[in-house]
Amino acid sequence: MPTFVYMTRCDGCGHCVDICPSDIMHIDKTLRRAYNIEPNMCWECYSCVKACPHNAIDVRGYADFAPLGHSVRVQRDEEKGTIAWRIKFRNGKKDMDLLAPITTKPWGKFIPQLADEAAPSKEMRDSELLFNEPKYVRMDEGGLHTLKSNGLKLKAGVYY
Amino acid sequence: MSYKTIIEDDIDVLIAGAGLGGTGAAFEARYWGKDKKIVIAEKANIDRSGAVAQGLYAINCYMGTRFGENNPEDHVRYARMDLMGMVREDLAFDMARHVDSAVHQFEEWGLPLMRDPKKGTYMREGRWQIMIHGESYKPIVAEAAKKSADKVFNRICVTHLLMDDAKENRIAGAVGFNVRTGNYHVFKSKTVICGAGGASNIFKPRSVGEGAGRVWYAPWSSGSAYGLMIEAGAKMTQMENRIVLARFKDGYGPVGAYFLHLKTYTQNGLGEEYESKWFPKLTEMVGKEYLDTEGQHLSHKPIPTCLRNHAFISEVNAGRGPIHMVTMEAFQDPHLEEIGWHNFLGMTVGQAVLWAATDVDPKYENPELTTSEPYVMGSHATGCGAWCSGPEDVSPEEYYWGYNRMTTVEGLFGAGDAVGGTPHAFSSGSFTEGRLAAKAACKYIDDGKAQGIRVSDQQIQDLKTKIYKPLDTYKVYSNEVVGGTVNPNFINPRQGLDRLQKLMDEYCGGFGVNYMTNEKLLQIGLKKMKLLEEDMEKIAARDIHELLRAWELNHRVRTSESVFQHTLFRKETRWPGYYYRGDAMKLDDKDWHVLTVSHRNRKTGEYTMEKAPLYHLVDEA
Repeated sequence: MPTFVYMTRCDGCGHCVDICPSDIMHIDKTLRRAYNIEPNMCWECYSCVKACPHNAIDVRGYADFAPLGHSVRVQRDEEKGTIAWRIKFRNGKKDMDLLAPITTKPWGKFIPQLADEAAPSKEMRDSELLFNEPKYVRMDEGGLHTLKSNGLKLKAGVYY
Repeated sequence: MSYKTIIEDDIDVLIAGAGLGGTGAAFEARYWGKDKKIVIAEKANIDRSGAVAQGLYAINCYMGTRFGENNPEDHVRYARMDLMGMVREDLAFDMARHVDSAVHQFEEWGLPLMRDPKKGTYMREGRWQIMIHGESYKPIVAEAAKKSADKVFNRICVTHLLMDDAKENRIAGAVGFNVRTGNYHVFKSKTVICGAGGASNIFKPRSVGEGAGRVWYAPWSSGSAYGLMIEAGAKMTQMENRIVLARFKDGYGPVGAYFLHLKTYTQNGLGEEYESKWFPKLTEMVGKEYLDTEGQHLSHKPIPTCLRNHAFISEVNAGRGPIHMVTMEAFQDPHLEEIGWHNFLGMTVGQAVLWAATDVDPKYENPELTTSEPYVMGSHATGCGAWCSGPEDVSPEEYYWGYNRMTTVEGLFGAGDAVGGTPHAFSSGSFTEGRLAAKAACKYIDDGKAQGIRVSDQQIQDLKTKIYKPLDTYKVYSNEVVGGTVNPNFINPRQGLDRLQKLMDEYCGGFGVNYMTNEKLLQIGLKKMKLLEEDMEKIAARDIHELLRAWELNHRVRTSESVFQHTLFRKETRWPGYYYRGDAMKLDDKDWHVLTVSHRNRKTGEYTMEKAPLYHLVDEA
């Protein structure tokens, strides 16, 4: 469903312009508010809807197959680490609230700064291991799988 | 031209396109290249770019060796079976043996992975899939990439790779333009990791008008992985191996969780099971080795995706459509019903919107399914992409030339959709491939392979002229007509895209011809592609946004030409249900149990095709 922007709610802050993966949320130069310049390149990904601080952006199902009169709204809260959805059917018979976590940790805090990690040894450089391996593959003392360790070989020909 | 030229010099590792593959590359590169200059160039914003921008509700590639679930070779055998044998098993094994370490890190970073409360393992959707609350999957991995990279250039559409003027067939960076300022950006780099995407929107989509953006793979996946690398002269493999998806009709909502976790199933319009009745005839087409319904039943091996598509398409053609997903049983369980909705909200919100708009409550009504238009990509259940070197300790001679995930162009690496022959990598596998490529790229530099690179001003200037030509074309000719979009001197990007989609559909096996093509049709198609290529010289862009669309179209055209060449070369029907060669309707292991490899000459544009041997993982004994 392509996005659209409510005139009275948008203040032209441009968060949607910054985030849109398809580069279709632009600021109208006369109205100084955002709008969808190319609805047929919209993936209905909701990135702009989630990013809008004023809930000014909504979606209306694609005109080629979606009848009017439905609503899917969202509130994404980075601090709480949750996303809340509300789905309303066209016939009014179904009205659902759904909540899901979006992260289990404070934002970015548990991602290592690899520049500060101890430099890999030459032995590790010459091996097939990646950062944190082999430990993180199995979370135990086991090594990386190889053809040899797993009793395998690569053979040319027709095998199934 | 008033646009500034901005040069970023002395880059060691340039990541062109930072979806899951590119973010993995940026993150890992810092570990192996502490003092190296790592730069990302991305056409959108890495917080929400690539195929995972919207989020995911599952990680489709996780071995679970820590829980004793699977070994890497099990996954290779699964991918081989699903792709009718056509997999680079060295690359697939390598990805599978590393992928769990990526997933374990994601969990540590905060990505909510669901746990099986009884077993303590991750919640399995199927044998390879684990369930996640992945709305913020992309922002989380982007955070990791940002911590490692020296600079992130968002909103740069990379249009071309730079070639070394000192040494033939060696990479030297990339160029592009900023889709906001219009400025010309030059990235001089010792290595490039291509993390750009596969191709949606090259075959005519089923959606029309405003809905044309409602494609299965993201509309911003413009085949740039292939467009960039083919243009640089990199060899490609398995470009004929497009994928057709059986999905919920119109919204293209995912079916994985429905089949595997919710245990929903399909039936025809008469309420009958239909798949199995097509299997005997299908077995005649592909051979018992690929579809042994009795044996498969005994071994619980899943039926290859393309063959299930074949049954779907055949049943609809026989007049017994539509095919329905039977949800009414599973959705009586409120817990499963909630999962069914969350699954869409986490990765394909549009499907939820469609059901809300059409009052389809899957609890009381079984929704329709459809088969999509074809897509060309290399990380889902298909393996298009560049012909890359594998790892030293696994790959046979024909698959190994020194650096893991390096293409046939020196210093040019791939990850995700860019790497050919590695289906079933999905998000976690693409991230892993990025990590592997990053380590190899650092080694390539440390080995002194990138010394003496020279980029002439001429090359930089020529590319600049080329990039902005559509703006000039518009300026020169638009006032020749009173108004509107019809002009005898140029076409706009949308008109070009429409033409491409129509001819791919009709000549290369799109949904409009029931995925059918043959040599004659492909030859005609290639002739029309040649004319389109001539018109691409006359593409016009009225502003910078249209210039973005013009270059995306360029990449799509380059991708499509390769798809034509590969489809023409492989004279068999290897994947019934993905496409059919009407003049060779059988799978032919005698002549075609091989990988197809193409090379486009950078100067002449001529294609040469070759067969590469297929190696399979077998037990040492």
